[in-house]
Amino acid sequence: MADNEATTAAPVEPGSSGPAGAAGDSSVKRLPFRARRRWSLLTRRDKITLALIVGIPLFLDVALIWGSLVVDFLWSLTDWRGVGDLTGGGLGHRAIGLQNYTQLFDGTYPFFWSAVLHNLFWLAFLMFVATPIGILLAVILDGQIKGMAIYRTVFYLPVVLSLALIGIIWQLQYAPDWNRGFINGTLHVIGYDLPLVKDLPLVGQWFRDVSTTDWVGGPLAIIPTVIAATWRHVGYICILYLAGLKSFDPALREAAAIDGANARQTFFRVVFPVMRPINIVIIVITTIEALRAFDLAYITNGGRSPLELLSTLITNNAISESDRIGFGSAIALILAVVSLVPIVGFLIMTMREEKQ
Amino acid sequence: MDEQEKRAGLLSGGQVSRREVLKKGLIGAAGLTVLPAVLAACNTAAATATPTASTAATASTGPTASSASVAPSTAALSGKVTFGSNLSDAVPKQALAAVVTAFTTANPGVTVTVNTVDHTTFQNQISSYLSATPEDVISWFSGFRMRAFVAQGFFTAIDDVWAGPMGALYTDAYKTACTADDGKLYMVPFDTYAWAVYYRPSVWAAKGYTIPTTLDAFKTLAAKMKTDNLVPIGLGDKDGWPAMGHFDIINLRENGYQFHVDLMAGKQKWTDPKVVQVFTVWKSLLPFYQTGAAGRIWQDASAGLLAKTTGMMLQPQVAETFAGSKDPADLADLDFFPWPNHGTQWDAEAALDAPIDGYMLTSKSPNLAADTAAAKAFLAFLGTGAAQIIYAKAEVADIAPAKDADASQYTALQKKQVAIIANAKKLTQFMDRDTNPNFAGANGMQGFLIDFLANPNQDLTAYLAKIQKFWDSLGS
Repeated sequence: MADNEATTAAPVEPGSSGPAGAAGDSSVKRLPFRARRRWSLLTRRDKITLALIVGIPLFLDVALIWGSLVVDFLWSLTDWRGVGDLTGGGLGHRAIGLQNYTQLFDGTYPFFWSAVLHNLFWLAFLMFVATPIGILLAVILDGQIKGMAIYRTVFYLPVVLSLALIGIIWQLQYAPDWNRGFINGTLHVIGYDLPLVKDLPLVGQWFRDVSTTDWVGGPLAIIPTVIAATWRHVGYICILYLAGLKSFDPALREAAAIDGANARQTFFRVVFPVMRPINIVIIVITTIEALRAFDLAYITNGGRSPLELLSTLITNNAISESDRIGFGSAIALILAVVSLVPIVGFLIMTMREEKQ
Repeated sequence: MDEQEKRAGLLSGGQVSRREVLKKGLIGAAGLTVLPAVLAACNTAAATATPTASTAATASTGPTASSASVAPSTAALSGKVTFGSNLSDAVPKQALAAVVTAFTTANPGVTVTVNTVDHTTFQNQISSYLSATPEDVISWFSGFRMRAFVAQGFFTAIDDVWAGPMGALYTDAYKTACTADDGKLYMVPFDTYAWAVYYRPSVWAAKGYTIPTTLDAFKTLAAKMKTDNLVPIGLGDKDGWPAMGHFDIINLRENGYQFHVDLMAGKQKWTDPKVVQVFTVWKSLLPFYQTGAAGRIWQDASAGLLAKTTGMMLQPQVAETFAGSKDPADLADLDFFPWPNHGTQWDAEAALDAPIDGYMLTSKSPNLAADTAAAKAFLAFLGTGAAQIIYAKAEVADIAPAKDADASQYTALQKKQVAIIANAKKLTQFMDRDTNPNFAGANGMQGFLIDFLANPNQDLTAYLAKIQKFWDSLGS
């Protein structure tokens, strides 16, 4: 007999060997009626199985990710050098409280604020330039253009490359010497060798001057680096959006056409709002990609000025020949907190939707 | 029970296969939890402490002697030595293999296992490597980098090796460079090179340049090179460290060896007017530097010297680029001169950066107890000129520090390097070896110097105050 009584009221807890709520225990949160009924229909074996399947990954997640975060926070309260005992009286010797954080925020470590700025710029560029371009490409490719498969392949090809490889490819473009870098080489040839242009007084001189630009060494080097990331990101977003557009109800489009909407109005008033779930996914992916930025900057110049990012600061402080584990942990915690903000926002949004 | 299951299946809308899904999911989860343990076991079994070994080469000759006695190098030596090397580029790796072969030929009872790790990886992971299971003998650098790790107990003192015949082969300058703060010797030097200004004599002869001996003559020459459409001073500072050589030499000339060493150790302040003077002098030279240095790797900059578009470069590694050129006449057309005198009292020291690479005996190697005698004999061998010359013949940018190295085997350039180092009364090790790696790292002094090169006209007082504040924040 299905037991609808309250013995099965407890929600699944990690690692527990089955629901343990006592009958009628008012302190135990009770699931809504439908969930309780479903839960109680499971056999005991089912319940154990379910608990294990959810419990084990949950345990690993808590231990490895959240546990690491807690340990990271504890390390960031010390100036531990990675050698020697950390234990012995809580955090042991060299506990320095929030000194790492004050050093970061008050400018003692001048690279921190540049790194924050660069991370924010990366996020803004990906969100407001790269992703819209990807969406635009998806909308264009969604129409029945000839040779669409070719275009799709061309735009998607950078996505299969690792960011490190993309960094190497773009170094060949950005090298400042005209006989080493493709961009400066092209500009040089136009400014010095191209028959018509080179003789134009202003334009020719402009090409000759620009052909010596130090793309990834100048103070604005973050922009060319983000463009290299965009090259990949655009294809990624394009494919995601294209998949969403393929499952878009054509009846809505026909309705819009009957109402006399042009392509732009159709997109912004009909397609975009209906694609809300995909939009959310794309926003989350863009945020994650931006906060994860590391490979390109590290490959380009090891994360030195002018390409420092929070992630390269962590690497260069805690993982390489430097040994400032405590300091690096502080930077890592700041990056983790910054990353949590959009994720938590996303979760709140989706949970709010589910309740509806 | 069965009826209940059936009813559960029917009630939940025909998902009778849920049980199957749960079963398979459980197996999958169990497999996933087991897999990391298996992988961890594989990792600990396969790896010693070498983080990512790009290749592992074993060099051993002859039968391993059955005799278990370990005797000093005069008697028949037997045993095993594990050898960790960071010389991952093709030419140095082969040269080192030749050195190892020479040792094992002379001592057939000894097996030397070489483990070569990529150069940058080796340095980046040195802390975890040394504290886990390092090889017996490893390559490393002298200076602060050596002393810091000795202070943490990662290396074994080798005074007895220096007490042997090898010790007589070195001047006091080398001995000092290999001594740690406790007064004991920890390193055997293997190769060194001098930071001097490199140029192509054929280009200079064609344009009528002469070697400048004073700073003013140097600036005049650079100005003339600019009008002749050459880049006067080449620089590729993408890796951050090449610019440090420039700071070092200007500081040595302006303020002397003692001030420079004290500044590196933190006993002098970066806000001192003497340091302001260094940056002021450097600023006056910057108009002659190659533009776009921060985005250019040094290999591309030395390619400019090879292609006769650059006039001169303060970087000894250009010899590697020239040696790698297809035209053998290129290496013959390379020469250098010491950085010019600034007209201060410190010119007499003729000081320069001469970083020493060497080999050290670790203390946490798992085989150390059994291998000690063989390892020490190997170190003694590495300290002799015979071993070092094998390497210096292949790696023509370096020279052997031992006195008994057969100088007749050197190229003309290497002979000049021996002369310039012998002539120097004071030798320093280069900024990233003389000072705290936390200070001299990628987001440390390297970043500050890139910032200075990009904005030479910034307020030097504020700039140096930033550097000093950063140094102070590093604590000990």
